[in-house]
Amino acid sequence: MTQIATPQLDLARIRADFPILHQQVNGHPLAYLDSTASSQKPALVIDALTDYYRRYNANVHRGVYQLSEQATEAMEQARHKIARFINARSPREIIFTRNTTESINLVANAWGRANLKPGDRILLSEMEHHSNLVPWQIIAQATGAELDFIPVDGDGRLALDDLNTLLTEQTRLVAVTHMSNVLGTINPIAAIAQAAKAVGALVLVDGAQSVPHFTVDVQALGIDFLAFSGHKMCGPTGIGVLWGRKSILQAMPPFLGGGSMISRVELRQSTWHELPHKFEAGTPAIGEAIGLGYAVDYLSQIGMDAIHQAEQQLTAYALERLDAIDGLQTYGPAVAERGGVISFNLDGVHAHDVAAVLDQHGVAVRAGHHCCQPLMNILGAPATTRASFYLYTTPEEVDQLVVALEKCKAIFS
Amino acid sequence: MDDLYQQNILDHWKHPRNSGRLDSPTVSYEAINPLCGDKLRFDLLIEDETVKDVLFSGRGCAISQAAASMLTEEVKGKSLAEVRSLGKADVLELLGIPIGYSRLKCALLGLKALKVGVYTAIDEEWDEDELL
Repeated sequence: MTQIATPQLDLARIRADFPILHQQVNGHPLAYLDSTASSQKPALVIDALTDYYRRYNANVHRGVYQLSEQATEAMEQARHKIARFINARSPREIIFTRNTTESINLVANAWGRANLKPGDRILLSEMEHHSNLVPWQIIAQATGAELDFIPVDGDGRLALDDLNTLLTEQTRLVAVTHMSNVLGTINPIAAIAQAAKAVGALVLVDGAQSVPHFTVDVQALGIDFLAFSGHKMCGPTGIGVLWGRKSILQAMPPFLGGGSMISRVELRQSTWHELPHKFEAGTPAIGEAIGLGYAVDYLSQIGMDAIHQAEQQLTAYALERLDAIDGLQTYGPAVAERGGVISFNLDGVHAHDVAAVLDQHGVAVRAGHHCCQPLMNILGAPATTRASFYLYTTPEEVDQLVVALEKCKAIFS
Repeated sequence: MDDLYQQNILDHWKHPRNSGRLDSPTVSYEAINPLCGDKLRFDLLIEDETVKDVLFSGRGCAISQAAASMLTEEVKGKSLAEVRSLGKADVLELLGIPIGYSRLKCALLGLKALKVGVYTAIDEEWDEDELL
C-alpha cells in the first residue's frame, strides 16, 4: 500500500538530517504535514545559526575587526547563493526582509506610493494569500488605484480566458501567487507575465510556496519582483527575500529609513545607499540570513527538480487515498497542475475538530481559512483541513493521516 | 595588522601622489563610502581619449588614501580604454596586501570615483556590480 516510487530522494537519509522529525507526539510517531505553514530545519541550518552566535556574532558592514568581517562575509555569501538559486542577474537584486509579507509590503509602499495614481489598476487573483491582497488594498486606498481580480475556476485554477480583458492600459502591476497555499495550484506565471508585459504592467510573484518546492528562474519567468520566506524552505524564521529587477529597484524610493540605507545624511535631507542596502535599514537578521544561505545549499544539493518530482508522486498517492474515504472532499486541480498541498473537509465535521483528532494521532496539519478568506468564500467552505508535504514527507505519514481520518469519522459519526 | 600596513601603504598615505584639485577638470566625481562616511574625489583632465592629468582629494582611511594615490600614478597618461578596463583585481594587486570583505569598500572607493568619472566622459552607465 505504501510502495510508491520515489527514486530521486533517499528519504531515510533526508529524514536523518532533520532532528525534530524523530519524536513521538501523543504516543504516535510525529507525522509533520504542515510544511506549507513552516518547514522543518536540517541540522546543517541549525548548526549554522549556533555557529554564528557562538563563534562570530557581530554587526555587519561596520566593524573592521575580525568578527564583523567574518559575519559580513558570511551574510554576503548567503546573498550570492540565493541569487544563484533563483537565477538573479546580480546579488545586488537580493533584498533581505523578514518574510514574504514584508517583501510585498516593501514593493506596495516604495514602488506603489511613487508610481500609482487615481485610475491606475492593480491586477490580483482571487486565490491570493492575505499577504498579497491586504497590502494592495492599503496602497489602493492611499493612491486612488483600483483592484481587479483574476477569477478562480471550479477546479481551483486561475480562469485565464479573460486575462486580456482584465489587463488594460491602466494596469500598472500584476501581483499573483506562483502556487496556492490552499489548493496547491501552480499558476502559469510565464504566460501571465507575457500578457502583462504586452500592456506595460510590472509583475510581482508571491513565491512563498514555489521557491521552496521547485525551480524558480526569475529571468526565464520574465517577472519583475519575487517575494519569498526563508522559514518555508528549510531556513530560519525572521528572514525573507525580495528579488527585484535592478533598474526598477534603483528607481524606487526607500521603504524604511535608518542606518545602513543612507549615503549622505544632513539634518534635513539624505541620499540613499546603493542596492541592496537602500532597502535594508537597520541591523538585519544576520544569523538567519546566513542560515538561509545554508538552507539553499542543502536544497540545491538534493536538487529542486528531484524534490518537485517526489512531492508530485506523493501528492498523487495521497489524493488517491483521501478520495477513497467516504464523505471526504478534497479541493484543487489535478496532480499535474499542483504541488504538495491538499485541502479537504470531512462531511459534518469542522476542520478544527478534524485537526484536533489528527493531533491525537501524531499528525500535524493546519485547519482554518489559511489566510485566504476570499478564496474560502469561493470554495463555499468557511474552513478546510490542510495536509502539506515536503522533501522529508513519507508515504507512511500519508497512511498515518488516512488511519487518523478514519478514527475521526468514527468519533463524529 | 603588520600585514595590512606595509611600508608602501604607509608611504602613499603620508605622501599621497597627485593630491589636490584641478582648476578645470574634464570630469570630476566624488564617491562616498556610506559605511564610514569617507569621501574621495577624482578630477580628470582628458585630452585625445587619454588621461592627461589626474588629482584626487577627500578624506579617508590609510587604505583608501593609498589605493587612490596608487591609482593616480597608474592611470596618468593611459588611454580611456585602458582605464575603463581597470577592475577590483588591479587595485588589490597595486595594494599587494590581503583585504578583507569590509575593507574592500575602502580599497575600491578611489576606483569607483575614477571609473564613474571616466564613464561619464565616455557617456557610459556605471554599474555598481563592477565592485563585487
